[in-house]
Amino acid sequence: MADAAGAEKPQTIHPLFIRATHWVNAFAIFVMVLSGWRIYNASPIFGFEFPPGFTLGGWLAGALAWHFAAMWLLALNGMAYLAYGIVSGHFRRDFFPISFKRALNDVVLASRGRLDHAPGRYNAAQRLLYVGVILAVIVAIFSGLAIWKPVQLQGLTALMGGYDTARLVHFFAMAAIVAFLVVHIALAVGVKGVLAPMFTGRAEAPR
Amino acid sequence: MKPSRLSAFRPKVARLERRSFIKQGLSLGALSLLSGCTLKDDDAVDRLLSAMSRFNDKMQAALFDPTKLAPTYSEADLTTPFPFNAYYEEKDVPLVDGESYRLQLSGLIADKRPWRLEELRALPQSSQITRLVCVEGWSAIGKWRGVAFRHFLERIGADLTARYVSFRCADKYYSSIDMPSALHPQTLLALDFSDAKYGYPLRLRIPTKLGFKNPKFIGEIFVTNDYPGGYWEDKGYNWFSGS
Repeated sequence: MADAAGAEKPQTIHPLFIRATHWVNAFAIFVMVLSGWRIYNASPIFGFEFPPGFTLGGWLAGALAWHFAAMWLLALNGMAYLAYGIVSGHFRRDFFPISFKRALNDVVLASRGRLDHAPGRYNAAQRLLYVGVILAVIVAIFSGLAIWKPVQLQGLTALMGGYDTARLVHFFAMAAIVAFLVVHIALAVGVKGVLAPMFTGRAEAPR
Repeated sequence: MKPSRLSAFRPKVARLERRSFIKQGLSLGALSLLSGCTLKDDDAVDRLLSAMSRFNDKMQAALFDPTKLAPTYSEADLTTPFPFNAYYEEKDVPLVDGESYRLQLSGLIADKRPWRLEELRALPQSSQITRLVCVEGWSAIGKWRGVAFRHFLERIGADLTARYVSFRCADKYYSSIDMPSALHPQTLLALDFSDAKYGYPLRLRIPTKLGFKNPKFIGEIFVTNDYPGGYWEDKGYNWFSGS
């Protein structure tokens, strides 16, 4: 959907670039997590396996093929998003400052149903979560590279605490992303009028 | 790493029999992913994933540094017992008679004369303690001793500009590697390792690649420019599988 220029500009709360990279990222993360669960099952680190029905790839080779294909999408799309966020001022404007105290305060307000949600403006809890999940994805990518290439990228693997520790880091980065997704999807579906703008870019009820 | 945990991987290896990435394994995740696309056309997804795997072969070859050495460890770091891993159970390992053993050579090699074990042992030997990383995710540190593969390839007059070095094994396993990785200083034609079940009398030890690219019980080596594939590679695992 094309953005109308000029007068309607203020109503666009999510620019096209942000929307596009968001949904490409959503697809890439979906593939990475579900194929990653299948890969995990081939040699579980902990005493459990992911239900095979909630994994992608059918078997280890299929899961690896998905994982190593989608990683390019995740990384390239992620770099484009970060570049845009820095150059456009989106991060500076919308993510900062970050305050744990205010984030906690917002969570308390939200739990009482008293948190105002202005379209296009991130509250303190959102800021913390969004910056947090971006960091978790970056950690997931670097720990993943450390596992993938422990010889060619051995400096990175050493930085991650060695091969076995890098696997743990990769696992917990995934866990952090999934924990974010549980909250993020629940709020996106549960809070009125926030999901549609992520497709259209526009606030449903202009103020 | 506990051996009990490692033994738990074996049944899974035996289960890995399907060739198609998704045909029989279209899980819930894949279904929801593909809904809206042409769900019936599994092959299009297979083809895309295969194309990406070939792309990843090229990227890994570009990333491969022929002078970068795999980290080495001390005797104290050795994983004991070293996990046994193959596409079959441990009781089915082939028994090769060392007396009558002859390593066969074919393809783009000047001197194709077969080699006896004593002749291989007469060549300069070196040893390494390195980490073997399995495609399944686990790893183990082992010790291997034998002939530098580069030295052997030069000695037999192999065409070092050829693309592939391929292996056929007594356990019906087969695999192949790229020439630059074959010539890496740590790539070893290993004669000595902790137990015969890990590939007696001859196996490849290549710490710059995943475990399944380290064929055991080698009976024949051939050098070629035609893509030779491999047992797991032909089932869908990435061919280059560099470490």
